[in-house]
Amino acid sequence: MAENYRNTAVITSIVKLQEDIVSMWLKDQEIAMAAKPGQFVSFYCKDGSRLLPRPISICEINREDGTLRFVFRLVGEGTKEIATYQVGDTITIMGPLGNGFKLEGKKAILIGGGIGIPPMLELSKQLNIEKSIVLGYRDVTFMTEDFAPYGEVFIATEDGSKGVKGNVIDAILENKLEADIIFACGPTPMLRGIKAYAEKNGIKAQISLEERMACGIGACLACVCKTKEVDHHTHVHNTRICKDGPVFYAEEVDL
Amino acid sequence: MNLKVNLAGVELNNPVMTASGTFGSGMEYSSFVDLNQLGAVVTKGVANVPWPGNPTPRIAETYGGMLNAVGLQNPGIDVFVERDLPFLKQYDTKVIVNVCGKSTKDYVEVVERLADEAVDLLEINISCPNVKEGGIAFGQNPKSVEEITREVKRVAKQPIIMKLSPNVTDITETAKAAEAGGADVLSLINTLTGMKIDVNRRCFVLANKTGGLSGPAIKPVAVRMVYQVANAVNLPIIGMGGIMNVEDALEFILAGATAVSVGTANFANPCTTMEIVQGLQKYLEKNKIDDINSLVGLVK
Repeated sequence: MAENYRNTAVITSIVKLQEDIVSMWLKDQEIAMAAKPGQFVSFYCKDGSRLLPRPISICEINREDGTLRFVFRLVGEGTKEIATYQVGDTITIMGPLGNGFKLEGKKAILIGGGIGIPPMLELSKQLNIEKSIVLGYRDVTFMTEDFAPYGEVFIATEDGSKGVKGNVIDAILENKLEADIIFACGPTPMLRGIKAYAEKNGIKAQISLEERMACGIGACLACVCKTKEVDHHTHVHNTRICKDGPVFYAEEVDL
Repeated sequence: MNLKVNLAGVELNNPVMTASGTFGSGMEYSSFVDLNQLGAVVTKGVANVPWPGNPTPRIAETYGGMLNAVGLQNPGIDVFVERDLPFLKQYDTKVIVNVCGKSTKDYVEVVERLADEAVDLLEINISCPNVKEGGIAFGQNPKSVEEITREVKRVAKQPIIMKLSPNVTDITETAKAAEAGGADVLSLINTLTGMKIDVNRRCFVLANKTGGLSGPAIKPVAVRMVYQVANAVNLPIIGMGGIMNVEDALEFILAGATAVSVGTANFANPCTTMEIVQGLQKYLEKNKIDDINSLVGLVK
């Protein structure tokens, strides 16, 4: 069984990248040592009216300092509460959770869409193969410069304000990007498009899914996705995203 | 100081157990919780065959609570007996299997299958609000509660706990019906049927539209129902509904519960059950009470 911890972590940095996007570094030696790209951490709110942990993907890992970076969007009261915390404040977290990306392939395309972009950063650092990085946004971009050291970055914006006008697939086609493996995280419609693109072109694809979670450790069966084969836990066609994912081969899941 | 309690002849090391559906079969939580320290582990509902459950989203947080409509996804009794029971047998805790079904026949099949297994008690779930057939359909009508209790009792080798629904006008009626049918213990409450609407997308948050409300938001309702039932029947009660800490657990005990189950709190803090066991010990010491049983139903 993978190691995971429930700890009190200290915030070492917290800044807003945009009005509704926060970047935060936390000190937690144990989780930093155990974490892999594509895994996530559960964040527990201090306000007792909010019971469920917030699953947030790991954006960067610094093992030397024992710190981890998280970049998340303020979508509800829980993430808004976390955004009010200051440097030096503590927060209860549990992790690392989930399986993470499997480092493989010879030539990769890394694709992040919206708030699915952050987890691709640690992957781009650890994946030592030829790679292109495709980032998709609705309009305003963020974190693009963080990726520059690790590969050629291509941008797609829905409104055409930067890079290719359209989605990440449009950016792949327009730049004639090739690969034998795709890694992706983003909204389900984007992942659906990538799954179809990968299947059509015979490319292996690892996609990271999200769903509303409760326990975060595979017990409550709230966050499932449809699978092609019978899943090993319940022996139906619903596998646990938090425990058996969040990363799956695109061909394994029905989106 | 005695923390041991007795449920229909089964002695538990302490009155703290896990609420069905929130703890799987204990495997996932065992890296955070020493299962040996729990009075019992109550498993997630098990049916005669695997159930896929409901479409997602299956959960939604609400103020001081949560809605779930998992729909009893479970691997069925065969996998459960092969995989989950051997895991649980490694621990010094009692094993309570929660049984679900869509018809009396389904329940009876699971209960018969478990007759010769190392299971201490069976909790019959006739109150799940998230499955269309079975579940709550049995639990809202006193006559059908009595009938299914009798059918299950006929084949069961272990004592039977009937888990009651709060989605009724008078819970003492279904409690009395379960007692008349031969129930050994009562469990209450299951979740309250609720709904949440996403005002931005203008749609239901849950794919199932409705879900079961749990968490501290429902605790006062649950305490009241435990009190009512304790004064209406002559059976031990497992109290549950929003227990987050030792004070909450004590409220249920003082209202008439012999044991308590912790559910939603496991999501907020996986160590809640153990912390409550330690808290009960401290409470007894501090108040110089020899036996936890002397607190059961003390508030009249």
